[in-house]
Amino acid sequence: MTEQQADAEPGPRAVPAAGPTLRVEHLEITYRVRGQDRPVVRDVSFEVGRQESYGLVGESGSGKSTVALALVRYLARNGRVSGGSISINGLDPLGLSAARLRDLRARTVSMVYQEPSRALNPSIKAGRQIAEVFQIAGLDRASSLDKARDMLRKVQIADPGRAMDRYPHELSGGMAQRVVIAMALAAEPALLILDEPTTALDATVEAEILDLIAELRRELATSVLFISHNLAVVASMCDRVGVLYAGELVEEGTARQVFGEPAHPYTVALLHCIPRRGQRKDQGRLDAIPGFLPQPGRVTAGCVFAERCSLAADECRTAPPPAFPLGGWHSSRCYRHSEVAELPKTTVYEGGEPGQTARPVAPLVTISSLSKTFGTGQNAVRALANVNLKIWRGETLGLVGESGSGKSTLARTLLGLIPPDRGSVLELDGTALSASLPKRTLEQLKALQIVFQNPDSALNRRRSVRWLIARPLRRLAGLSGRRLAERLDDLIRSVRMEARQLNLRPGQLSGGLKQRVAIARAFGGGPRLVVCDEPTSALDVSVQAAILNLLADLQAKEQVTYLFISHDLGVVRYLSDRIAVLYLGRIMEIGPAEQVFAGPHHPYTEALLSAVPSLDGKRTERIRLTGEIPAAASPPSGCVFHTRCPRRLASGACEHAEPGLDEVEPGHFISCHIPFGELRRLQAPGIAVQVKDQAQK
Amino acid sequence: MSADVAVPGEVTVAHAYAAPPASWRLLARKPAFVAGAGILLLWMACAVLGHLIAPYDPLAQQLLARNAAPSGTHLLGTDPLGRDVLSRVISGARDILTIAPLATLLGAVLGTALGLIMGYFGGIVDAVISRIVEAVLALPVVIVAFLFVVAVGPSSLTLIVVIGFIFTPLIARTVRTAVLIEGQQDYLPAARLLGERPAYIMIAEILPNVLPVIVVEFTVRLGYAIFAVATLSFLGFGVQQPTPDWGGDIAANYGLLGAGYWWETLFPALAIASVVMALNLVTDSIEQVLSS
Repeated sequence: MTEQQADAEPGPRAVPAAGPTLRVEHLEITYRVRGQDRPVVRDVSFEVGRQESYGLVGESGSGKSTVALALVRYLARNGRVSGGSISINGLDPLGLSAARLRDLRARTVSMVYQEPSRALNPSIKAGRQIAEVFQIAGLDRASSLDKARDMLRKVQIADPGRAMDRYPHELSGGMAQRVVIAMALAAEPALLILDEPTTALDATVEAEILDLIAELRRELATSVLFISHNLAVVASMCDRVGVLYAGELVEEGTARQVFGEPAHPYTVALLHCIPRRGQRKDQGRLDAIPGFLPQPGRVTAGCVFAERCSLAADECRTAPPPAFPLGGWHSSRCYRHSEVAELPKTTVYEGGEPGQTARPVAPLVTISSLSKTFGTGQNAVRALANVNLKIWRGETLGLVGESGSGKSTLARTLLGLIPPDRGSVLELDGTALSASLPKRTLEQLKALQIVFQNPDSALNRRRSVRWLIARPLRRLAGLSGRRLAERLDDLIRSVRMEARQLNLRPGQLSGGLKQRVAIARAFGGGPRLVVCDEPTSALDVSVQAAILNLLADLQAKEQVTYLFISHDLGVVRYLSDRIAVLYLGRIMEIGPAEQVFAGPHHPYTEALLSAVPSLDGKRTERIRLTGEIPAAASPPSGCVFHTRCPRRLASGACEHAEPGLDEVEPGHFISCHIPFGELRRLQAPGIAVQVKDQAQK
Repeated sequence: MSADVAVPGEVTVAHAYAAPPASWRLLARKPAFVAGAGILLLWMACAVLGHLIAPYDPLAQQLLARNAAPSGTHLLGTDPLGRDVLSRVISGARDILTIAPLATLLGAVLGTALGLIMGYFGGIVDAVISRIVEAVLALPVVIVAFLFVVAVGPSSLTLIVVIGFIFTPLIARTVRTAVLIEGQQDYLPAARLLGERPAYIMIAEILPNVLPVIVVEFTVRLGYAIFAVATLSFLGFGVQQPTPDWGGDIAANYGLLGAGYWWETLFPALAIASVVMALNLVTDSIEQVLSS
C-alpha cells in the first residue's frame, strides 16, 4: 500500500500539504440520558494522514460510529463533544459557524453509511441526486448531469445512462451503494468516512465494492476513515487500524501489526473468536470472550477491559493504562502487552469423538423435486426449482448462497411455513410430511424446529423468558407441573443462562441472551432437525463464538440434526459436515464440507470462497463475479449461472443446456458442464489469475 | 465466574439490562395527563355521587325562581322550570359517562376481533370484511344512528349498541393495520411451529403487542362517543327529558339565549367541552408514552 501512496499524485484538494487530513486529540463524547451525563467515548486520539486509509474496528457499542458522527457534528441532540479537539484539513468543525460547517460537509468530508437504500432520497432519480452535488458546487444543470454520468462510470456501473434514470428502489443493494459512493466522491472530498459500507451486502457484492473503493482511493487520492466490525474487511482495506473498546482506543498500529502481532488482550480475544480457515467443530471450540461489554457510559477505575481479561492484575483494576508505544505506529493500552501472545484460552474443549457423523443407512429428511413458485402468470417467481436433497441423521447440512438464492425458502417449505408447488415431496423418516402445518402429526411438529436470524423479532416481546420456553414444553413435550419446572430449569441451564433470568422479558436481555432463549425454545420439544437461519448474523463476533459453541455442544448432547443457513462461509465451515450451494433456487454443488471447500468445486462456489476477505490482509487470487444475481422471475437459459460464470465454456453449451447434478467424487455432486478433471486443472493455484485476465478481455 | 470457566465453550451469563420504568410512572410525570385525568375523575365522581354532591334535587321545580341568574342560592342559576342548573349539570354526568364508555368498549371489542381476523388471515377473508367495513364507513354516522333510534325507540341500551356498531369498523381498520405490522415478526411462524391454533395466536401472541394501539384508539373514540351521545340527546333521540342530561338541557334551553338566559346553555356546554378536552389531554399523553 505504501508504494502506491508514494506513486499517487497529490489530490487537487490537498491544499495544506503539511499535516494529516484528520487529527483527533483526546476526544471525549458524552450523551445525556435521563438527566445524567454518560461518557461514551473517552480520550480517543488518532490521525488519518494524506491519502491514508485508517480503520476503526470494534463491536457494537464501542463508540466507533459516534466518533464518526462527531467529526461532522452529526451527534444526536443529547450528545456532545465534552473534551478534546478535532481538526479536518486544519479546520475545527466544533468551532465553525453554521455556514462554514455546511461548507465543510459539502466539500471536505463525505460519508457513506451502511444502508444505501436509506441514504438515497426515494423520490429523486439516481442521476439527479448525484448531479445535485455538482450543482451545489456551482455547475449548471446540463453539465452537472454530464458529470453525474461520469461519476457513475467511475464507480463501474454497467449502464450509467440507464442507472441515471432509475429511482433508488429500482436499484439493487450493490448498485445503490455505488450510487452513494459516487455521490460521496463527486465533491472530491479530502476525507471520506465509510461507516460499515458493505455490511448490508452479499459477500460477492461486498468484494466488488471493496475493490472499487480501493481503486478509487488510489485514483482520487482521498483519505479514508473506514469503520467496520468486520476485522477481515478492515485488514484488507486499511493501512493503519485502531481498535475501539467501550469508547477507548485500546490498540493502534498498522494493519499488519494489529492483526499479525496484536498487543492488547481484547484484540487477541477478538481474533480468537473468529472461526479461522478450516477450523471445525470436532477439532475444538471457538474462544468466546467472557462477560459483557460494559454498558455505555459506565466509568471504570482501571482498564476498561480488565473485568473480562484473563491477564488482569491489580494495577489493571486501579489505574487506567496509558498507551504504551511499541515501535513504529504500534501502541497498546495494556500494562501487560508483552504477555498477551500467551493469552490463555477461555474455553476448554472436552473433546467429542471426531468423525462421529458416520452416514447411517436411512436419511432423516428426504426432499424430492421440491419447487416453489411465488405469484402466478407473468409475475411468477420460481424461488426453488426441482431441488433434491437428503439430510442425514446427526449431521449439519450447511446451506450457502447469495441472498435471493432460495436458502430461506427451502428451509421454510421444509418446516411447513410456506406450501411448496404440487409434485414436491417431503419425507421425514421415510413417511410423507404434509405440506400444510396443521395437518402434521405432533411427532412431526416436534421433529422440526427453527432458530431465526433476529431474536428481537422471533421472541414475543410481551412475554417472559419463562413463558417463552415453557410453551413448547407444554404443547410439544406435554409436560406440566413439577416435571415442567424441572425441564425448564434443565433447559435454561443447557443454554447457559440462569434460572433467575426466567422472569425477565426479551427487552431486558442482550442480543446474545435473546438468541439463547430462542435456541432453548427450539430445543424444548426435543427436535430432531433444527433449522438455523443465519442465527449469528445479527450478533457481535464475540457473542457469535459463544452461540456457535452452544449449537455445537447441544448437537453433540442431543444428537440433533442441523440445517444451517449462513452467508458467512467461515461459520458454515466450522459447523457443517456437508454443504449445499444454492443459486437461483437450484443446487449447484453439494458434498462433504472439506471437499466443497478444498475443491475442485463449482465455479460459483469458487467465486463465493474468493469473495471472503482474509484476515492476514493478503489479497488472495480472486475470481470476481460481475453483476448481480439475475431476477428469479426470468432465470437465464441453460445453466442459470452462465451469465456471471468466469469459466463459461466457449462451446456455448452453458447457454443452451442445463447441466445435471453429477456425482464427481463419492458423495460430492456438482452441476457444471466443465468436466471434473478440467475443474481440478483450472482451479489449481496460480492458474486462477490467468483466467481472471482472460475474462476481462 | 471462575466456576464457569470450565464449562466448554462458554462464558458467564449474569447480566440483565435495567427494567424500563413502568408506563404509568412516565404518565404520572406528565402535567397534561395529570390535569386531564383530574378533570375526568371529577366528572366520574359527579356521575357516581351526583345525588350527594348536588345542592338541589335536579328534578325539583321551583316555580318562583324560574330563569334565575347565577347567585348565592343558585350558583349557576335556574332553568325555565326553576330547576337548579348546577345540580342538573352534576347529575347529567351520570348517563353520558355510562353510555359513552360502554359504547366505546363495545366498539373496541368488536373492532379488535374483526381487525385481528382481517390482519391475521389476510387474503380473501380480509378482502371481504374490508369491503363491508368500507361500506359501513361510507354511511353518514348521525343519520344511521338517528334512523336506528327512531326505529327501535330511544333508550340507553339503544345508544350503546348504535354507537358501538358505528365505531366497530373504524377500530377494526386501525387494529388491522397494527396486526399487519406484527405479522412480519418471526414469533408468529415460531408459534405456528409449536402447533398453536389461529385463535390462540391472535389472542395470546398478537393481541398483547397491539394493545397499546387499541388503548390509544379507545381513548380517541371515547371523546367522539361523548360528542355522539350529546348530539343525539340534543336532537331528542338520546336521554329523554326530564332526566338531567347535558345535550338534552342545551336543546331545551338554547331558544332562550336571545332572552339573555345564557347560563342555562353555557354550563352544560362547558361540561361537554371539559370532558372532551380532558380526554384529549389524556390521549395525547398516553400516545406519547407508548410511542417513546
